[in-house]
Amino acid sequence: MFTATQIVDTLVALKVTHVIWIPDTTTGSWESALESSSHFQLMRVCREGEAWALAGGLLIGGSLPIVLIQNTGFFESGDSMRNIVFDLGLPVFAIIGARNWLAKSSSDTARRFTLPVVEAWNIDFEFITGPDEQEKLFHHFHKCRNANQAGILLLAE
Amino acid sequence: MNQADLENTIPHARGIEVHDALQTLDRVRSDRHIVITNQVSSRLWPTLCDHPLDLNYNPSAMGGAIPLGLGLALAQPDYEVIVISGDGSLLMNLGCLVTVVNSGATNLSIVLLDNGQYEVTGGQKTPGNHGADYAGLARASGFSCVHQFAEATAWRNAAASSLSGPGPRFIWLTIRPRPGDYGKAVGRPIQEQMANLRQQFRSDAR
Repeated sequence: MFTATQIVDTLVALKVTHVIWIPDTTTGSWESALESSSHFQLMRVCREGEAWALAGGLLIGGSLPIVLIQNTGFFESGDSMRNIVFDLGLPVFAIIGARNWLAKSSSDTARRFTLPVVEAWNIDFEFITGPDEQEKLFHHFHKCRNANQAGILLLAE
Repeated sequence: MNQADLENTIPHARGIEVHDALQTLDRVRSDRHIVITNQVSSRLWPTLCDHPLDLNYNPSAMGGAIPLGLGLALAQPDYEVIVISGDGSLLMNLGCLVTVVNSGATNLSIVLLDNGQYEVTGGQKTPGNHGADYAGLARASGFSCVHQFAEATAWRNAAASSLSGPGPRFIWLTIRPRPGDYGKAVGRPIQEQMANLRQQFRSDAR
């Protein structure tokens, strides 16, 4: 898993302006580092549905936000994402923590539904398991940016 | 909805007529105001004006207009953003009031059109129809600039000043429910509106 420093360095390298997030037990440890970065603004939202619309407004206004949420929040926020990404066509990029992905024997239904749900939305996605695959993240982000399309990076937890 | 049903939604039945409410807003908005409409207001606003800084957010997701407006306010701090939301939409995303205050954005005004019902689906009551205190909710969320109007003249007289205090601002308008056909969207396509907004931002940045 990425350390706080590694994830902040990654987001800075991507030139992200705003990180819109709701923490989970894995990404929560990044809070201090995300908050203290002078390169982007950490935006706390109350529910994940807000995150997509907030990102949409930032994109229309010329900023470059990223949504950082857990897969459970992705499930919760489906209609908001549908509207922003598909109705409005805004190229929001999201990093989504895949809860219990690394626990292969887990019976967590959030784990079971992650791939089917992401695939059903037909948003271009990649899956990485840790910082050693950082290049994959960079490549996917820039590919989506260049194509002006939404993208998802699933992060195994 | 018939007239008898309308009378049952007091105090909304004595509220401001929605066209009056929006016309007043149109009169006081400036060329530095981005106006985001939603649901019913996105159908009515284009009948009143057609401004390059309008975003008639349709198609939309209920509850999405305020965070969308917050994003624009943060990205374009030299503009003032007005989000017109219905009470049903706000109730679907009440936490956004807390998010707005926590964001630190000061160039955002929320104008709540509270008619106590889901108008686009035919006038069913919202859970807040019993008299939910939206001003209290805004204050409790941290809004320090909160205004409330239930009468057209009062709104007309105070609209400009209500939009000019320190933000973020929350303006609660009690709106009279109206029977009838809410029609289809008459504004420009959403992609064209977003392109117009971006063009305006680019022009101003030069």
